[in-house]
Amino acid sequence: MGDLPIALALLAPSAIILGIFVVYPLGRAVYLGQQRCGTFGGNCTSNGIGQYLDILRSTEFQHALWVTVKFALLTVPAGLVLGVGLAVVADKYLRGMGAFRTIFSSTVATSVAVASLMWLFLLQPSVGALANVGWFNSLFPSVKDPGWLQDPGTALTAVAVSSIWANLGFTFILVTAGLQSIPRELHEAAAVDGAGGARRFWSITVPMLGPNLLFVLIVLTTRAFQAYGEVDLLTDGGPAPYDSTTTLTYFVYGQNSPIRNDAGLQAGTAVLLFIILLGLSAIQLRGLGRRVHYGE
Amino acid sequence: MANDAVAVGLEAVVEGARPDVPADLPPPTRRPRAFDDPRGWGRVGRYALLVVISFVVLFPIYTTVIAALKPGDKVLENPLLPDAFTLDVLRDAWSLGHLGRYLANSAVVCIVVTVAQVVTSLLSAYAFAFLRFPGRNALFLAFLATLLVPLEATLVVNFDTIDSLGWLNTYQGLAFPFLATAFGTFLLRQAFLTLPPDLRDAARIDGVGHIGFLRHVAVPLVRPTLGALALFSFLGTWNQYLWPNLIITEQDKNTVQSGLRLLSKSNLDQPNLVMAGTLVAAIPVVIVLLVFQRQLVRGLTAGAVKG
Repeated sequence: MGDLPIALALLAPSAIILGIFVVYPLGRAVYLGQQRCGTFGGNCTSNGIGQYLDILRSTEFQHALWVTVKFALLTVPAGLVLGVGLAVVADKYLRGMGAFRTIFSSTVATSVAVASLMWLFLLQPSVGALANVGWFNSLFPSVKDPGWLQDPGTALTAVAVSSIWANLGFTFILVTAGLQSIPRELHEAAAVDGAGGARRFWSITVPMLGPNLLFVLIVLTTRAFQAYGEVDLLTDGGPAPYDSTTTLTYFVYGQNSPIRNDAGLQAGTAVLLFIILLGLSAIQLRGLGRRVHYGE
Repeated sequence: MANDAVAVGLEAVVEGARPDVPADLPPPTRRPRAFDDPRGWGRVGRYALLVVISFVVLFPIYTTVIAALKPGDKVLENPLLPDAFTLDVLRDAWSLGHLGRYLANSAVVCIVVTVAQVVTSLLSAYAFAFLRFPGRNALFLAFLATLLVPLEATLVVNFDTIDSLGWLNTYQGLAFPFLATAFGTFLLRQAFLTLPPDLRDAARIDGVGHIGFLRHVAVPLVRPTLGALALFSFLGTWNQYLWPNLIITEQDKNTVQSGLRLLSKSNLDQPNLVMAGTLVAAIPVVIVLLVFQRQLVRGLTAGAVKG
């Protein structure tokens, strides 16, 4: 009990900042989100849970949610498989492996802006790199006309490729750390008992990687649902008028978003995004968490 | 002075008690040769695979470097070949693109946020780990709960808050919402909890107060975790994209990320200028990461360990 004054003093800086910039804005967003406002932001009236249900029912929200779900399905499984694959390939004792590991982790150094602009240059139809490589262009004419970021059918996949690449370094590092904590004796014993490489991968590597894989899964899913920068830089939520790449976060904050000037709808949609993310993490933790092996 | 003497005495205790902090996973060093490591043709095949993957992973970086170092009229002739060389584009990106200014802005904000996050996290983590007070567990859970709130859910209101303070287009506006982090509090509390409880008792008997204990005993013992947290705070702040885009409208107040956006959106027809800017913007992070590789791995894995 005697510690209370000093505890309060030590906790105050963090508590004040988190209170003003995390707790208060969340509460305020929940409040703003249930208001229905006039065209120019005035005349707001309280609409309660009905306002949230209206947002949920709107075609714009449902479209953005569907785009986000597709984006997560394009990026998360592929990112996970590629990251594990790279880590397994690099988990050998070979001269120069350190250099390969640095290369495989290199994309962790790219911010979303840097990674997206690199891919923007690669994929642009007129002034892009791939469109101006003769043999590539004749192999895939659509890279120049209409352009993969401009074609509503391929735009989301193109953005997803950029995102997978940008996250690859992160996944690689985490899985590599997990692989290195698996005792080699386990593999050796299994090999002596006649288990081949594939068998050992599924029976030893994957279960022992459990906690790391679960963590990567949750982080990649969260990132997919928060995708903003890549959309903003690569497609502006377009190609118009289909909004094929308008993810939920871009729907709230994007330059071309129809609700950009309506704080109530922005707040309401942001709160729904928060609830969706919370639900997804809970499902992943509960569904997979109990199957994950945490060691002794 | 007396305090320092006690601290020196404690150093001995500390040396003896240096624990193996579980949050600090081993760095990615080379492990000893194992039974299934490739030999002979297997090794050749493995190298071939590694080289091919390396080319694929590095391809976007390669095209960026090539484009940034070629004169404007040559960039689209052979985008994949380094058949011309100039530093003019880099120079243009630096001067026309205001990159120096953006880098300086980012550096200031990142340093302020990193120092603040480390300090506020140390203080609150210390309270949660070493002090006894009513409601401690509930308050800690409340701290952890803030980690569940995504940035996107708070920025709408934070924009209004910063606006009403008159802090749009300012360093304060960029930094203030991020001066504390529950992640840092959590990470450091975990590290503190692995220290032997006797340490604090011994220090108390020697007359060392909480602040003295924190400074001279606790901080030196969790230095690896501190390093990881500092690196994470720095990278997290450096890479922020949405927040600066929301609150910065004056060109010279941009951070590197929002500045890159501006450069890209206003020079769509000059890809090599944008690529030069991208290259310049990426280099500081590459250097930081090469220097602090170990902290990066420790920080990334800290979230995945049991606890």
